[in-house]
Amino acid sequence: MHELSIAMSIVELAEEEASRRGVQIEAVHLKLGALAGVVKDALLSCYEMACDETPLQGSRLIIEELPVIIFCTTCQAQHPLNSIQLFCCPKCGTPSDLIVQGKELEVVALEIKECAPNPA
Amino acid sequence: MRPEPRLIEVRKNVLKQNDIVARTLRDSFHAAGVFVVSLVSSPGSGKTAFLEKTLTLLRPNYRVAALVGDLATENDALRLARSHAPVKQITTGTLCHLEAAMVQNAIQEEHWDLNQLDFLFIENVGNLVCPSSYDLGEDLRLVLISVTEGEDKPLKYPTIFNSADVAVVTKMDLAAAVEFDSQTAHKNIQAVRPGMQVFKLSAKTGEGMQNFLNFLSKRLQELRPTPVT
Repeated sequence: MHELSIAMSIVELAEEEASRRGVQIEAVHLKLGALAGVVKDALLSCYEMACDETPLQGSRLIIEELPVIIFCTTCQAQHPLNSIQLFCCPKCGTPSDLIVQGKELEVVALEIKECAPNPA
Repeated sequence: MRPEPRLIEVRKNVLKQNDIVARTLRDSFHAAGVFVVSLVSSPGSGKTAFLEKTLTLLRPNYRVAALVGDLATENDALRLARSHAPVKQITTGTLCHLEAAMVQNAIQEEHWDLNQLDFLFIENVGNLVCPSSYDLGEDLRLVLISVTEGEDKPLKYPTIFNSADVAVVTKMDLAAAVEFDSQTAHKNIQAVRPGMQVFKLSAKTGEGMQNFLNFLSKRLQELRPTPVT
């Protein structure tokens, strides 16, 4: 169960970015690959805990799950895997460990509250 | 005026901090010419027995050292010390995995001179889930399963098997007693990590160990190519 330390890293990263830009964060957008070794639901509940008593309290974590995509040397094409229990091309059956996508654990965007400029 | 949400692009790897430390470690290992192997497995599959045997057999010919991670106790370090190799226990407290910074700190605390080493082994906390996400700067990640765990372990934990470079099937001396199906196990490993090299051995009887040691020697040679004259 390492989702809490991952969640804390996400909060830390977002907080840093927010204070650098002088903005308030409403939501954090995360890309999560099927091979990242992180469970979505566990991460979501840990995120809430990690946000407690930080400027991100009350913010949301929006997770986009990415399937594993392999490159098949026979088809010379990329295909998403049907299951991470079988690293074979879903079209022709050639085994492949050429992973094109699936290891992502990446904060891709921050949704910020746009503050109205102070009236002059 | 009601505040409107706006999206700003960030694109930052969450484990960037660990990856930076891991890269620094890997560079320093390579500069010193030390080959680094990390070991992952479930608790009780025999990582420590396997490592003790490996250290003992390598020591006459190579300079070896080991770091060993556990939540608590120094028991594993004490067992590994019987091999007379330098060993350092990393107790992680409640943490379920090792991170690159812990490896870095342990090496610094022990004042190990990497130039004086041929092989460094890092035994991770017994866990087939969490260690998969953390790069430790190793050259080789070795996943270990014992015959008593069943042939379907790779299918149950595909992520860690996929992240590993070689697999070791241990306790082969018990294979017949537990009716271990070697072929099915091999097939399952290949399903989650096509082409992965598999070593079948028994740390207790020594069966199959030589094959594994030859592999390590070869990898060390590849790391330190003899200059062409």
